[in-house]
Amino acid sequence: MTSTQPCRPSPADGGPPCCEPHPWIETEGLSLHYSTRTAFRDVTLPIHKGCITAIVGPSGCGKSSLLQSLNRLTDLIPECRVTGRIRLDGQDVTGREVDVIALRRRVGMIFQKPIPLPFSIRKNLDFPLRQHGVRQASARQAKIERALRDVGLWNEVKDRLDAPAAGLSGGQLQRLCIARTLALDPEVLLLDEPCSALDPLASGTVEDLIASLRGRYTIAIVTHNLAQARRIADHVAVFWVQEGCGRLIEFGAAAAIFHQPTQELTAAYIGGMRG
Amino acid sequence: MSRSTVALGERVATAVLWSAALGVIAVFAWLLVDLAGQGLSRLSFEFLTAAPRNAGRQGGLGPILVSTALILLVCMAVSLPLGLGTAILLAEFTAPTQRFGRLVRRSLDVLAGVPSIVFGLFGNVFFCQVLGLGFSILAGGLTLACMVLPILIRATEEGLRAVSDEHRRNAAALGLSRAATIAHLLLPAAMPGLLAGWILGVSRAAAETAALMFTSGYVDRMPESLLDSGRALTIHIYDLSMNVPGGNATAAASALVLVALLLLCNVASACFASRWLPRRSLAR
Repeated sequence: MTSTQPCRPSPADGGPPCCEPHPWIETEGLSLHYSTRTAFRDVTLPIHKGCITAIVGPSGCGKSSLLQSLNRLTDLIPECRVTGRIRLDGQDVTGREVDVIALRRRVGMIFQKPIPLPFSIRKNLDFPLRQHGVRQASARQAKIERALRDVGLWNEVKDRLDAPAAGLSGGQLQRLCIARTLALDPEVLLLDEPCSALDPLASGTVEDLIASLRGRYTIAIVTHNLAQARRIADHVAVFWVQEGCGRLIEFGAAAAIFHQPTQELTAAYIGGMRG
Repeated sequence: MSRSTVALGERVATAVLWSAALGVIAVFAWLLVDLAGQGLSRLSFEFLTAAPRNAGRQGGLGPILVSTALILLVCMAVSLPLGLGTAILLAEFTAPTQRFGRLVRRSLDVLAGVPSIVFGLFGNVFFCQVLGLGFSILAGGLTLACMVLPILIRATEEGLRAVSDEHRRNAAALGLSRAATIAHLLLPAAMPGLLAGWILGVSRAAAETAALMFTSGYVDRMPESLLDSGRALTIHIYDLSMNVPGGNATAAASALVLVALLLLCNVASACFASRWLPRRSLAR
Protein backbone atom coordinates (compact mmCIF):
# COMPACT_ATOMS: atom_id res chain seq x y z
CA MET A 1 0.00 0.00 0.00
CA THR A 2 1.20 3.45 -0.82
CA SER A 3 1.89 6.01 1.88
CA THR A 4 -1.03 7.96 3.24
CA GLN A 5 1.15 11.00 3.81
CA PRO A 6 -1.08 13.97 3.08
CA CYS A 7 -0.19 16.33 0.31
CA ARG A 8 1.08 19.73 1.35
CA PRO A 9 0.21 22.74 -0.72
CA SER A 10 3.36 22.51 -2.82
CA PRO A 11 6.54 20.49 -3.24
CA ALA A 12 8.46 23.48 -1.89
CA ASP A 13 6.80 22.92 1.48
CA GLY A 14 7.97 19.34 1.57
CA GLY A 15 4.88 17.75 0.04
CA PRO A 16 5.18 15.00 -2.56
CA PRO A 17 6.09 16.22 -6.05
CA CYS A 18 2.57 15.55 -7.23
CA CYS A 19 1.14 18.59 -5.56
CA GLU A 20 1.68 21.76 -7.49
CA PRO A 21 0.48 25.06 -6.10
CA HIS A 22 -2.22 25.28 -8.77
CA PRO A 23 -4.86 22.59 -9.01
CA TRP A 24 -5.04 20.65 -12.29
CA ILE A 25 -8.80 20.64 -12.36
CA GLU A 26 -10.92 22.95 -10.26
CA THR A 27 -14.48 24.06 -9.93
CA GLU A 28 -15.57 27.52 -8.93
CA GLY A 29 -19.08 28.23 -7.67
CA LEU A 30 -20.32 25.16 -9.52
CA SER A 31 -24.01 24.27 -9.24
CA LEU A 32 -26.00 21.59 -11.00
CA HIS A 33 -29.76 21.73 -11.42
CA TYR A 34 -32.04 19.01 -12.70
CA SER A 35 -35.51 20.00 -13.89
CA THR A 36 -37.06 19.63 -10.43
CA ARG A 37 -34.20 19.76 -7.95
CA THR A 38 -30.68 21.00 -7.37
CA ALA A 39 -28.05 18.25 -7.07
CA PHE A 40 -25.36 20.47 -5.54
CA ARG A 41 -24.77 24.19 -5.13
CA ASP A 42 -21.83 26.53 -5.13
CA VAL A 43 -19.02 23.98 -5.04
CA THR A 44 -15.49 25.33 -5.22
CA LEU A 45 -13.13 22.40 -5.22
CA PRO A 46 -9.46 22.15 -6.26
CA ILE A 47 -8.16 18.77 -7.43
CA HIS A 48 -4.39 18.74 -7.37
CA LYS A 49 -2.19 17.25 -10.02
CA GLY A 50 -0.97 13.72 -9.35
CA CYS A 51 -2.90 13.48 -6.10
CA ILE A 52 -5.84 11.34 -5.07
CA THR A 53 -8.78 13.43 -3.93
CA ALA A 54 -11.53 11.47 -2.20
CA ILE A 55 -15.07 12.83 -2.30
CA VAL A 56 -17.11 11.46 0.59
CA GLY A 57 -20.51 12.11 2.11
CA PRO A 58 -23.92 10.53 2.57
CA SER A 59 -26.01 9.27 -0.35
CA GLY A 60 -27.78 11.86 -2.46
CA CYS A 61 -25.41 14.71 -1.71
CA GLY A 62 -24.41 15.19 -5.34
CA LYS A 63 -21.01 13.48 -5.35
CA SER A 64 -21.61 11.46 -8.49
CA SER A 65 -23.29 14.39 -10.21
CA LEU A 66 -20.23 16.52 -9.45
CA LEU A 67 -17.94 13.90 -10.96
CA GLN A 68 -20.09 13.64 -14.07
CA SER A 69 -20.13 17.40 -14.51
CA LEU A 70 -16.31 17.47 -14.58
CA ASN A 71 -16.13 15.69 -17.95
CA ARG A 72 -19.48 17.02 -19.15
CA LEU A 73 -21.29 13.69 -18.99
CA THR A 74 -24.11 15.79 -17.57
CA ASP A 75 -24.60 17.03 -21.14
CA LEU A 76 -26.34 13.70 -21.80
CA ILE A 77 -29.03 14.35 -19.19
CA PRO A 78 -31.98 16.30 -20.61
CA GLU A 79 -32.93 19.45 -18.70
CA CYS A 80 -29.74 19.37 -16.66
CA ARG A 81 -28.20 22.81 -16.16
CA VAL A 82 -24.70 23.51 -14.87
CA THR A 83 -23.65 26.95 -13.70
CA GLY A 84 -20.28 28.14 -12.47
CA ARG A 85 -16.80 27.38 -13.75
CA ILE A 86 -14.75 24.24 -14.30
CA ARG A 87 -11.13 24.77 -15.23
CA LEU A 88 -8.83 22.07 -16.54
CA ASP A 89 -5.19 23.15 -16.54
CA GLY A 90 -6.39 26.74 -16.30
CA GLN A 91 -8.79 26.53 -19.24
CA ASP A 92 -12.53 26.81 -18.85
CA VAL A 93 -14.32 23.69 -20.09
CA THR A 94 -17.93 24.66 -19.44
CA GLY A 95 -18.54 26.53 -22.69
CA ARG A 96 -20.62 25.30 -25.60
CA GLU A 97 -17.65 25.51 -27.94
CA VAL A 98 -15.57 23.04 -25.92
CA ASP A 99 -14.82 19.79 -27.76
CA VAL A 100 -16.36 17.38 -25.24
CA ILE A 101 -14.96 14.32 -26.98
CA ALA A 102 -11.42 15.61 -26.56
CA LEU A 103 -12.29 16.68 -22.99
CA ARG A 104 -13.53 13.20 -22.12
CA ARG A 105 -10.35 11.71 -23.49
CA ARG A 106 -8.34 13.96 -21.15
CA VAL A 107 -10.71 13.38 -18.23
CA GLY A 108 -11.56 9.68 -18.13
CA MET A 109 -14.26 8.18 -15.95
CA ILE A 110 -14.85 4.82 -14.27
CA PHE A 111 -18.26 3.82 -12.91
CA GLN A 112 -19.43 1.68 -10.05
CA LYS A 113 -20.71 -1.04 -12.36
CA PRO A 114 -18.05 -2.04 -14.88
CA ILE A 115 -19.70 -2.33 -18.28
CA PRO A 116 -17.60 -3.88 -21.02
CA LEU A 117 -18.26 -2.96 -24.62
CA PRO A 118 -19.91 -5.97 -26.28
CA PHE A 119 -16.63 -6.98 -27.91
CA SER A 120 -13.55 -9.06 -27.16
CA ILE A 121 -11.08 -8.06 -24.44
CA ARG A 122 -8.68 -6.67 -27.04
CA LYS A 123 -11.35 -4.75 -28.92
CA ASN A 124 -12.56 -3.15 -25.68
CA LEU A 125 -9.31 -1.20 -25.69
CA ASP A 126 -8.71 -1.18 -29.42
CA PHE A 127 -12.07 0.27 -30.43
CA PRO A 128 -11.86 3.52 -28.38
CA LEU A 129 -8.25 4.00 -29.48
CA ARG A 130 -9.25 3.66 -33.12
CA GLN A 131 -12.16 6.03 -32.62
CA HIS A 132 -9.71 8.55 -31.18
CA GLY A 133 -7.67 8.37 -34.35
CA VAL A 134 -4.79 6.09 -33.37
CA ARG A 135 -4.38 4.66 -36.88
CA GLN A 136 -1.29 2.49 -36.55
CA ALA A 137 -2.13 -1.03 -35.41
CA SER A 138 1.27 -1.50 -33.76
CA ALA A 139 0.84 1.73 -31.77
CA ARG A 140 -2.58 0.57 -30.59
CA GLN A 141 -1.21 -2.86 -29.67
CA ALA A 142 1.57 -1.26 -27.62
CA LYS A 143 -0.89 0.98 -25.78
CA ILE A 144 -3.21 -1.99 -25.12
CA GLU A 145 -0.43 -4.08 -23.65
CA ARG A 146 0.90 -1.22 -21.53
CA ALA A 147 -2.55 -0.40 -20.17
CA LEU A 148 -3.32 -4.05 -19.37
CA ARG A 149 0.05 -4.35 -17.61
CA ASP A 150 -0.65 -1.16 -15.66
CA VAL A 151 -3.83 -2.63 -14.22
CA GLY A 152 -2.22 -6.03 -13.61
CA LEU A 153 -4.50 -7.78 -16.06
CA TRP A 154 -1.96 -8.64 -18.76
CA ASN A 155 -0.82 -11.98 -17.35
CA GLU A 156 -4.41 -13.00 -16.66
CA VAL A 157 -5.73 -12.30 -20.15
CA LYS A 158 -2.79 -12.30 -22.56
CA ASP A 159 -3.71 -15.78 -23.84
CA ARG A 160 -7.36 -14.96 -24.43
CA LEU A 161 -7.35 -11.39 -25.72
CA ASP A 162 -9.89 -12.34 -28.36
CA ALA A 163 -12.35 -13.91 -25.94
CA PRO A 164 -15.50 -11.91 -25.14
CA ALA A 165 -14.86 -9.39 -22.36
CA ALA A 166 -18.18 -10.32 -20.75
CA GLY A 167 -16.57 -13.59 -19.58
CA LEU A 168 -14.28 -11.79 -17.10
CA SER A 169 -15.05 -11.67 -13.38
CA GLY A 170 -16.32 -8.47 -11.75
CA GLY A 171 -12.93 -7.38 -10.45
CA GLN A 172 -11.25 -8.17 -13.77
CA LEU A 173 -13.97 -6.23 -15.60
CA GLN A 174 -13.41 -3.18 -13.43
CA ARG A 175 -9.67 -3.36 -14.11
CA LEU A 176 -10.43 -3.78 -17.82
CA CYS A 177 -12.55 -0.63 -17.69
CA ILE A 178 -9.71 1.22 -15.99
CA ALA A 179 -7.25 -0.12 -18.59
CA ARG A 180 -9.59 0.99 -21.36
CA THR A 181 -9.49 4.51 -19.98
CA LEU A 182 -5.73 4.48 -19.28
CA ALA A 183 -5.03 3.38 -22.86
CA LEU A 184 -6.36 6.76 -23.99
CA ASP A 185 -3.64 8.57 -21.98
CA PRO A 186 -5.94 10.70 -19.81
CA GLU A 187 -4.69 13.40 -17.47
CA VAL A 188 -7.49 13.02 -14.94
CA LEU A 189 -9.28 9.90 -13.72
CA LEU A 190 -12.72 10.25 -12.18
CA LEU A 191 -13.73 7.16 -10.24
CA ASP A 192 -17.32 6.80 -9.10
CA GLU A 193 -17.36 4.20 -6.31
CA PRO A 194 -15.18 1.87 -8.36
CA CYS A 195 -14.95 -0.80 -5.64
CA SER A 196 -18.41 -0.90 -4.14
CA ALA A 197 -19.88 -3.46 -6.55
CA LEU A 198 -16.95 -5.85 -6.07
CA ASP A 199 -16.22 -8.62 -3.58
CA PRO A 200 -13.71 -7.71 -0.82
CA LEU A 201 -10.76 -9.38 -2.51
CA ALA A 202 -11.38 -7.76 -5.90
CA SER A 203 -12.12 -4.48 -4.14
CA GLY A 204 -8.70 -4.64 -2.46
CA THR A 205 -6.97 -5.32 -5.78
CA VAL A 206 -8.68 -2.38 -7.46
CA GLU A 207 -7.92 -0.12 -4.48
CA ASP A 208 -4.23 -1.04 -4.63
CA LEU A 209 -4.31 -0.37 -8.36
CA ILE A 210 -5.78 3.10 -7.83
CA ALA A 211 -3.17 3.87 -5.16
CA SER A 212 -0.44 2.76 -7.58
CA LEU A 213 -1.62 5.33 -10.14
CA ARG A 214 -0.87 8.20 -7.74
CA GLY A 215 1.56 10.66 -9.20
CA ARG A 216 0.92 9.59 -12.80
CA TYR A 217 -2.68 10.73 -12.99
CA THR A 218 -4.79 13.29 -11.22
CA ILE A 219 -7.45 11.24 -9.49
CA ALA A 220 -10.83 12.09 -7.97
CA ILE A 221 -12.62 9.20 -6.34
CA VAL A 222 -16.14 9.12 -4.91
CA THR A 223 -16.35 6.54 -2.17
CA HIS A 224 -18.68 5.51 0.64
CA ASN A 225 -15.87 3.63 2.28
CA LEU A 226 -14.18 6.05 4.69
CA ALA A 227 -11.50 3.51 5.54
CA GLN A 228 -10.64 3.39 1.87
CA ALA A 229 -10.52 7.17 1.66
CA ARG A 230 -8.23 7.20 4.70
CA ARG A 231 -5.93 4.62 3.11
CA ILE A 232 -5.50 6.13 -0.34
CA ALA A 233 -6.51 9.79 -0.37
CA ASP A 234 -4.21 12.79 -0.23
CA HIS A 235 -7.11 15.22 -0.05
CA VAL A 236 -10.65 14.71 1.13
CA ALA A 237 -13.75 16.69 0.20
CA VAL A 238 -16.74 16.16 2.46
CA PHE A 239 -20.19 16.73 1.01
CA TRP A 240 -23.40 17.08 2.95
CA VAL A 241 -27.06 17.63 2.15
CA GLN A 242 -28.10 21.09 3.30
CA GLU A 243 -31.46 22.66 2.49
CA GLY A 244 -32.24 19.82 0.10
CA CYS A 245 -29.13 20.02 -2.01
CA GLY A 246 -25.52 18.92 -1.84
CA ARG A 247 -22.89 21.29 -0.43
CA LEU A 248 -19.16 20.96 -0.01
CA ILE A 249 -18.74 21.46 3.74
CA GLU A 250 -15.07 20.76 4.19
CA PHE A 251 -11.99 20.22 2.08
CA GLY A 252 -8.43 19.60 3.11
CA ALA A 253 -5.53 17.21 3.44
CA ALA A 254 -6.67 13.70 4.36
CA ALA A 255 -4.83 13.66 7.68
CA ALA A 256 -6.39 16.94 8.73
CA ILE A 257 -9.91 15.85 7.79
CA PHE A 258 -9.60 12.54 9.59
CA HIS A 259 -7.79 13.81 12.68
CA GLN A 260 -8.79 17.44 13.16
CA PRO A 261 -11.95 18.15 11.19
CA THR A 262 -13.03 21.76 11.55
CA GLN A 263 -16.72 21.12 10.96
CA GLU A 264 -18.93 19.36 13.48
CA LEU A 265 -20.77 17.55 10.68
CA THR A 266 -17.49 16.17 9.36
CA ALA A 267 -16.44 15.05 12.81
CA ALA A 268 -19.78 13.32 13.34
CA TYR A 269 -19.63 11.69 9.92
CA ILE A 270 -16.05 10.50 10.33
CA GLY A 271 -16.70 9.37 13.88
CA GLY A 272 -19.93 7.58 13.11
CA MET A 273 -18.61 5.51 10.28
CA ARG A 274 -16.42 2.51 10.71
CA GLY A 275 -14.31 1.11 7.92
CA MET B 1 -60.95 -21.79 0.91
CA SER B 2 -60.07 -25.45 1.31
CA ARG B 3 -57.13 -27.01 -0.37
CA SER B 4 -59.27 -28.96 -2.80
CA THR B 5 -61.11 -25.86 -4.08
CA VAL B 6 -57.77 -24.12 -4.66
CA ALA B 7 -56.54 -27.15 -6.57
CA LEU B 8 -59.78 -27.20 -8.60
CA GLY B 9 -59.41 -23.49 -9.34
CA GLU B 10 -55.86 -24.00 -10.52
CA ARG B 11 -56.93 -26.87 -12.73
CA VAL B 12 -59.73 -24.83 -14.30
CA ALA B 13 -57.40 -21.90 -14.90
CA THR B 14 -54.82 -24.20 -16.50
CA ALA B 15 -57.47 -25.75 -18.71
CA VAL B 16 -58.75 -22.33 -19.81
CA LEU B 17 -55.25 -21.09 -20.67
CA TRP B 18 -54.39 -24.26 -22.57
CA SER B 19 -57.62 -24.22 -24.55
CA ALA B 20 -57.11 -20.56 -25.44
CA ALA B 21 -53.61 -21.33 -26.73
CA LEU B 22 -54.77 -24.43 -28.56
CA GLY B 23 -57.65 -22.44 -30.05
CA VAL B 24 -55.22 -20.00 -31.61
CA ILE B 25 -53.15 -22.84 -33.06
CA ALA B 26 -56.30 -24.59 -34.26
CA VAL B 27 -57.41 -21.57 -36.29
CA PHE B 28 -54.05 -21.44 -38.03
CA ALA B 29 -54.00 -25.22 -38.57
CA TRP B 30 -57.52 -25.17 -39.98
CA LEU B 31 -56.56 -22.41 -42.39
CA LEU B 32 -53.49 -24.32 -43.56
CA VAL B 33 -55.38 -27.62 -43.94
CA ASP B 34 -58.14 -25.91 -45.88
CA LEU B 35 -55.67 -24.19 -48.22
CA ALA B 36 -53.64 -27.38 -48.62
CA GLY B 37 -56.78 -29.42 -49.36
CA GLN B 38 -57.73 -27.06 -52.17
CA GLY B 39 -54.36 -26.11 -53.55
CA LEU B 40 -51.75 -28.75 -52.76
CA SER B 41 -52.43 -30.67 -55.99
CA ARG B 42 -51.48 -27.56 -58.02
CA LEU B 43 -48.13 -27.07 -56.26
CA SER B 44 -45.00 -28.09 -58.12
CA PHE B 45 -41.66 -26.61 -59.05
CA GLU B 46 -43.10 -25.65 -62.40
CA PHE B 47 -45.93 -23.79 -60.64
CA LEU B 48 -43.33 -21.51 -59.01
CA THR B 49 -41.52 -20.71 -62.25
CA ALA B 50 -43.96 -20.86 -65.16
CA ALA B 51 -45.99 -17.92 -66.45
CA PRO B 52 -49.73 -17.96 -65.72
CA ARG B 53 -51.97 -19.11 -68.56
CA ASN B 54 -55.70 -18.96 -69.16
CA ALA B 55 -56.16 -16.03 -66.72
CA GLY B 56 -54.19 -17.93 -64.10
CA ARG B 57 -56.26 -21.11 -64.11
CA GLN B 58 -53.26 -22.89 -65.57
CA GLY B 59 -49.54 -22.24 -65.65
CA GLY B 60 -47.72 -20.85 -62.62
CA LEU B 61 -46.57 -17.87 -60.60
CA GLY B 62 -43.15 -17.03 -62.09
CA PRO B 63 -43.69 -13.38 -63.11
CA ILE B 64 -45.93 -12.80 -60.11
CA LEU B 65 -43.27 -13.90 -57.66
CA VAL B 66 -40.75 -11.69 -59.45
CA SER B 67 -43.11 -8.68 -59.32
CA THR B 68 -43.84 -9.33 -55.63
CA ALA B 69 -40.13 -9.51 -54.84
CA LEU B 70 -39.44 -6.30 -56.77
CA ILE B 71 -42.27 -4.44 -55.03
CA LEU B 72 -40.98 -5.58 -51.62
CA LEU B 73 -37.44 -4.65 -52.62
CA VAL B 74 -38.47 -1.11 -53.58
CA CYS B 75 -40.51 -0.85 -50.39
CA MET B 76 -37.62 -1.94 -48.15
CA ALA B 77 -34.94 -0.02 -50.04
CA VAL B 78 -36.90 3.18 -49.41
CA SER B 79 -38.37 2.52 -45.98
CA LEU B 80 -35.35 1.00 -44.22
CA PRO B 81 -33.00 4.00 -44.47
CA LEU B 82 -35.82 6.48 -43.91
CA GLY B 83 -37.20 4.49 -40.98
CA LEU B 84 -33.80 3.96 -39.39
CA GLY B 85 -32.92 7.63 -39.70
CA THR B 86 -36.21 8.82 -38.24
CA ALA B 87 -36.04 6.30 -35.41
CA ILE B 88 -32.50 7.35 -34.50
CA LEU B 89 -33.54 10.98 -34.54
CA LEU B 90 -36.54 10.24 -32.31
CA ALA B 91 -34.78 7.94 -29.87
CA GLU B 92 -31.35 9.55 -29.62
CA PHE B 93 -31.75 13.21 -30.44
CA THR B 94 -35.15 14.24 -29.12
CA ALA B 95 -36.24 14.04 -25.50
CA PRO B 96 -39.51 12.15 -24.96
CA THR B 97 -41.13 15.35 -23.77
CA GLN B 98 -39.97 17.59 -26.60
CA ARG B 99 -42.70 19.01 -28.80
CA PHE B 100 -41.14 18.05 -32.14
CA GLY B 101 -40.69 14.43 -31.10
CA ARG B 102 -44.23 14.26 -29.77
CA LEU B 103 -45.58 15.66 -33.03
CA VAL B 104 -43.68 13.11 -35.15
CA ARG B 105 -44.74 10.25 -32.87
CA ARG B 106 -48.38 11.31 -32.91
CA SER B 107 -48.37 11.52 -36.72
CA LEU B 108 -46.84 8.06 -36.94
CA ASP B 109 -49.53 6.60 -34.71
CA VAL B 110 -52.21 8.16 -36.90
CA LEU B 111 -50.48 6.87 -40.04
CA ALA B 112 -50.22 3.36 -38.58
CA GLY B 113 -53.98 3.31 -38.13
CA VAL B 114 -54.89 4.52 -41.63
CA PRO B 115 -56.64 1.76 -43.65
CA SER B 116 -54.54 0.41 -46.48
CA ILE B 117 -57.15 1.30 -49.10
CA VAL B 118 -56.56 4.95 -48.23
CA PHE B 119 -52.84 4.46 -48.81
CA GLY B 120 -53.77 2.87 -52.13
CA LEU B 121 -55.80 5.89 -53.20
CA PHE B 122 -53.11 8.26 -52.01
CA GLY B 123 -50.45 6.28 -53.89
CA ASN B 124 -52.59 6.30 -57.01
CA VAL B 125 -52.99 10.06 -56.91
CA PHE B 126 -49.48 10.98 -55.75
CA PHE B 127 -47.10 8.41 -57.23
CA CYS B 128 -49.08 7.22 -60.28
CA GLN B 129 -50.56 10.55 -61.39
CA VAL B 130 -48.74 13.51 -59.83
CA LEU B 131 -45.27 11.98 -60.15
CA GLY B 132 -46.29 10.30 -63.40
CA LEU B 133 -45.12 6.81 -62.49
CA GLY B 134 -48.34 5.23 -63.76
CA PHE B 135 -49.35 1.75 -62.64
CA SER B 136 -45.91 0.43 -61.84
CA ILE B 137 -43.87 -1.68 -59.47
CA LEU B 138 -42.11 1.51 -58.37
CA ALA B 139 -45.39 3.23 -57.46
CA GLY B 140 -46.56 0.11 -55.61
CA GLY B 141 -43.31 -0.23 -53.68
CA LEU B 142 -43.31 3.45 -52.71
CA THR B 143 -46.92 3.25 -51.52
CA LEU B 144 -46.09 0.20 -49.40
CA ALA B 145 -43.08 2.06 -48.02
CA CYS B 146 -45.37 4.84 -46.76
CA MET B 147 -47.53 2.20 -45.16
CA VAL B 148 -44.83 0.22 -43.33
CA LEU B 149 -42.77 3.25 -42.25
CA PRO B 150 -44.74 3.83 -39.04
CA ILE B 151 -44.27 0.19 -37.97
CA LEU B 152 -40.57 0.26 -38.78
CA ILE B 153 -39.96 3.53 -37.01
CA ARG B 154 -41.83 2.68 -33.83
CA ALA B 155 -40.21 -0.76 -33.55
CA THR B 156 -36.73 0.65 -34.14
CA GLU B 157 -37.31 3.49 -31.71
CA GLU B 158 -38.57 1.11 -29.02
CA GLY B 159 -35.54 -1.10 -29.64
CA LEU B 160 -33.15 1.83 -29.20
CA ARG B 161 -34.94 3.16 -26.12
CA ALA B 162 -34.77 -0.29 -24.54
CA VAL B 163 -30.96 -0.02 -24.41
CA SER B 164 -30.21 1.34 -20.96
CA ASP B 165 -28.69 4.82 -20.59
CA GLU B 166 -25.76 3.27 -18.73
CA HIS B 167 -24.36 2.17 -22.07
CA ARG B 168 -24.66 5.63 -23.60
CA ARG B 169 -22.95 7.16 -20.55
CA ASN B 170 -20.29 4.46 -20.59
CA ALA B 171 -19.53 5.12 -24.25
CA ALA B 172 -19.58 8.89 -23.81
CA ALA B 173 -17.13 8.59 -20.88
CA LEU B 174 -14.71 6.90 -23.28
CA GLY B 175 -14.99 9.91 -25.54
CA LEU B 176 -16.82 7.97 -28.24
CA SER B 177 -18.82 10.14 -30.62
CA ARG B 178 -22.61 9.89 -30.82
CA ALA B 179 -22.31 8.44 -34.32
CA ALA B 180 -19.86 5.71 -33.28
CA THR B 181 -21.95 4.88 -30.22
CA ILE B 182 -25.09 4.52 -32.30
CA ALA B 183 -23.50 2.58 -35.15
CA HIS B 184 -21.33 0.20 -33.14
CA LEU B 185 -23.13 -0.20 -29.83
CA LEU B 186 -26.75 0.88 -29.82
CA LEU B 187 -27.94 -0.42 -33.18
CA PRO B 188 -26.45 -3.89 -32.69
CA ALA B 189 -27.95 -3.98 -29.21
CA ALA B 190 -31.32 -2.87 -30.51
CA MET B 191 -31.21 -5.40 -33.34
CA PRO B 192 -33.83 -7.82 -31.90
CA GLY B 193 -36.38 -5.01 -31.79
CA LEU B 194 -35.33 -3.74 -35.20
CA LEU B 195 -35.60 -7.20 -36.69
CA ALA B 196 -39.01 -7.79 -35.21
CA GLY B 197 -40.19 -4.49 -36.67
CA TRP B 198 -38.69 -5.20 -40.06
CA ILE B 199 -40.25 -8.67 -40.22
CA LEU B 200 -43.61 -7.19 -39.26
CA GLY B 201 -43.13 -4.53 -41.91
CA VAL B 202 -42.14 -6.97 -44.66
CA SER B 203 -44.96 -9.29 -43.70
CA ARG B 204 -47.48 -6.50 -43.77
CA ALA B 205 -46.14 -5.30 -47.12
CA ALA B 206 -46.12 -8.84 -48.58
CA ALA B 207 -49.66 -9.42 -47.36
CA GLU B 208 -50.99 -6.13 -48.70
CA THR B 209 -53.64 -6.10 -51.41
CA ALA B 210 -55.69 -2.95 -51.27
CA ALA B 211 -52.77 -0.52 -51.45
CA LEU B 212 -51.33 -2.31 -54.50
CA MET B 213 -54.56 -2.58 -56.44
CA PHE B 214 -54.45 1.10 -57.41
CA THR B 215 -50.69 1.44 -57.70
CA SER B 216 -48.83 -1.57 -59.09
CA GLY B 217 -51.76 -2.88 -61.10
CA TYR B 218 -52.82 -6.27 -62.44
CA VAL B 219 -50.52 -7.04 -65.34
CA ASP B 220 -49.26 -10.62 -64.95
CA ARG B 221 -46.46 -10.49 -67.54
CA MET B 222 -42.83 -10.73 -66.47
CA PRO B 223 -41.83 -7.14 -65.57
CA GLU B 224 -38.96 -5.67 -67.59
CA SER B 225 -38.34 -2.60 -65.46
CA LEU B 226 -39.54 -1.02 -62.23
CA LEU B 227 -41.79 1.21 -64.32
CA ASP B 228 -43.75 -1.79 -65.63
CA SER B 229 -46.97 -2.75 -63.96
CA GLY B 230 -46.56 -5.96 -61.96
CA ARG B 231 -49.07 -8.19 -60.24
CA ALA B 232 -48.30 -9.00 -56.62
CA LEU B 233 -49.08 -12.41 -55.15
CA THR B 234 -51.95 -11.06 -53.06
CA ILE B 235 -53.56 -9.36 -56.05
CA HIS B 236 -53.21 -12.63 -57.97
CA ILE B 237 -55.02 -14.51 -55.20
CA TYR B 238 -57.73 -11.86 -55.02
CA ASP B 239 -58.21 -11.83 -58.79
CA LEU B 240 -58.33 -15.62 -59.08
CA SER B 241 -60.84 -16.09 -56.33
CA MET B 242 -63.10 -13.15 -57.17
CA ASN B 243 -62.93 -12.64 -60.94
CA VAL B 244 -61.87 -15.95 -62.47
CA PRO B 245 -64.41 -18.79 -62.40
CA GLY B 246 -62.56 -22.04 -61.75
CA GLY B 247 -59.54 -20.23 -60.31
CA ASN B 248 -60.03 -21.35 -56.71
CA ALA B 249 -57.48 -24.17 -56.73
CA THR B 250 -54.76 -21.88 -58.09
CA ALA B 251 -55.78 -19.19 -55.61
CA ALA B 252 -55.38 -21.66 -52.73
CA ALA B 253 -52.03 -22.86 -54.08
CA SER B 254 -50.82 -19.24 -54.40
CA ALA B 255 -52.00 -18.55 -50.87
CA LEU B 256 -49.99 -21.54 -49.65
CA VAL B 257 -46.93 -20.09 -51.35
CA LEU B 258 -47.56 -16.72 -49.67
CA VAL B 259 -47.98 -18.29 -46.23
CA ALA B 260 -44.83 -20.35 -46.76
CA LEU B 261 -42.90 -17.21 -47.71
CA LEU B 262 -44.08 -15.38 -44.59
CA LEU B 263 -43.21 -18.35 -42.38
CA LEU B 264 -39.79 -18.53 -44.00
CA CYS B 265 -39.27 -14.85 -43.21
CA ASN B 266 -40.12 -15.43 -39.56
CA VAL B 267 -37.97 -18.52 -39.16
CA ALA B 268 -35.03 -16.83 -40.86
CA SER B 269 -35.25 -13.85 -38.53
CA ALA B 270 -35.53 -16.11 -35.47
CA CYS B 271 -32.42 -18.06 -36.54
CA PHE B 272 -30.58 -14.84 -37.23
CA ALA B 273 -31.58 -13.46 -33.86
CA SER B 274 -30.48 -16.49 -31.88
CA ARG B 275 -27.18 -17.06 -33.74
CA TRP B 276 -25.85 -13.61 -34.28
CA LEU B 277 -27.34 -11.39 -31.64
CA PRO B 278 -26.12 -12.83 -28.32
CA ARG B 279 -22.57 -11.84 -29.24
CA ARG B 280 -23.51 -8.23 -29.72
CA SER B 281 -26.05 -7.94 -26.96
CA LEU B 282 -25.46 -5.32 -24.28
CA ALA B 283 -27.60 -7.19 -21.79
CA ARG B 284 -25.67 -8.62 -18.89
